Amino acid sequence: MTITWDTVGTAGLQFFGQMSASNSHEIKNVLAIINENAGLLEDLMLMVDKGVALDPQRLKSLARKLAEQTRRADQIVKKMNQFAHSVDYPVKSVDLNEILDLMMALTGRLATMRNVNLELKASAAPVTLTTSPFFLMNLVWLCLDFAMNATAPGRPVLLAPEKTAQGANLRFSGLERLAQQLGSEFPAEREKRLLRGLKAQLSADAAAQEILLCLPAMIDG
Amino acid sequence: MREKVLIVDDEQEFLDIVSERVRARGMEVSTTTSALDALKMVDEESFDAIVLDLMMPEMDGLEALKRLKKKKPEVQIILLTGHATVQKGIEAMKLGAIDFIEKPTDLQELTEAIKKARAHKVILAEKKTQETIKKIISAKAW
Repeated sequence: MTITWDTVGTAGLQFFGQMSASNSHEIKNVLAIINENAGLLEDLMLMVDKGVALDPQRLKSLARKLAEQTRRADQIVKKMNQFAHSVDYPVKSVDLNEILDLMMALTGRLATMRNVNLELKASAAPVTLTTSPFFLMNLVWLCLDFAMNATAPGRPVLLAPEKTAQGANLRFSGLERLAQQLGSEFPAEREKRLLRGLKAQLSADAAAQEILLCLPAMIDG
Repeated sequence: MREKVLIVDDEQEFLDIVSERVRARGMEVSTTTSALDALKMVDEESFDAIVLDLMMPEMDGLEALKRLKKKKPEVQIILLTGHATVQKGIEAMKLGAIDFIEKPTDLQELTEAIKKARAHKVILAEKKTQETIKKIISAKAW
C-alpha cells in the first residue's frame, strides 16, 4: 500500500495545524520580548533627553538580550521551515535521529504546557529509513500525544530510537500510567491508517511502561 | 495613589522588562511566572489589576481567571495572549476579564487597561460600600 494524503485525511492537516500554531505562538512570545526591549530602549532615550545619564552597560545588556531572542526566533523558524519541507517528497531517505530531533523542537512547548518533559536518547549511529517524513512525524506525534497522557505529571517521556535488522524501533518509555490509558481509543483509526501506510507496527507493554513503534527500513519497493 | 498590579507570565524575561517599564510609569508591580503562585498571592495582597498570560504551563490563563474570580470576585483581570482569537476573547470576557490584549503588547494600551481596571474596581468598591450602608440604615429603626 502506498501512503497518500487520502490515507490520513484530516489527521495530517490537524497535525500540521497544531505544530504551526504552537510554534508561531512561541515566535509571538519572542517578538513580545524584543518589542519590550525596544520599548525599554525608547524609555531610556526619553530619560537621556531629560538629562539622565545613560549607563553603557545597560545598552550592552539590551543588545545582548535582543541578540539572544533573535537567535531563539531563528531556531524556531529554522525548525518550522524544516517541518514545512517535510512534505516536499512523499518518500525519501531520512535519519530517524534527525526526525526525532525536529519533533522534540516542534513539540517542546506543547509538552511544557502539559507539564511533561520530553527526553531524546538518540542512537550513536544514524538510523536510516526510506519512508514518508511527514507521515512518520505525524505518527510519532500521535504516539507522543498518547505517551504524554500516559505519563505521570512532571515525569519525563523518554524516546529511544535504535537500528534493527528490519529497520528501526522507537521506544516511548516512562509511561507510568500506561495500564490505565490502554483502555482509551489508541490506536484509533487515524493511527491505524498511518501504521498501515508506513508499514509500521505498534505494541504496548504495560509492565515495562512503554510503547514500541517498529518501522521498516523501506516502505516502497 | 499608585495602581497596584500583578503580572503573571511564564516568560521571565518578558516579566522583567514589562515590569520595569510599567514601574517607570508610576505603578507598583509584582510578578510571578506561575498561575498557582498568583492564586496564593491574591490571598495575601490586594491588586488593582492582574495581567494574566493566556498560555502557561501548570494552568492556562482561562482556568486561572476562573479560579481568581471565584476566590476574589472583585479582582480585575486583563488577559494577554500571543494568539488572540475572537472566540478566546469572548470566552475571557464571559468569565469576567476586563480586557484582552494581544502580544506583542503596546505598553500604552496595557497601562490604560490597568488604569481602567483600577477605576472599575473603585466603582465596585463604592457600590459595595453604598449597599452596606443601605443595609445598615434599613436594619436600624432610627
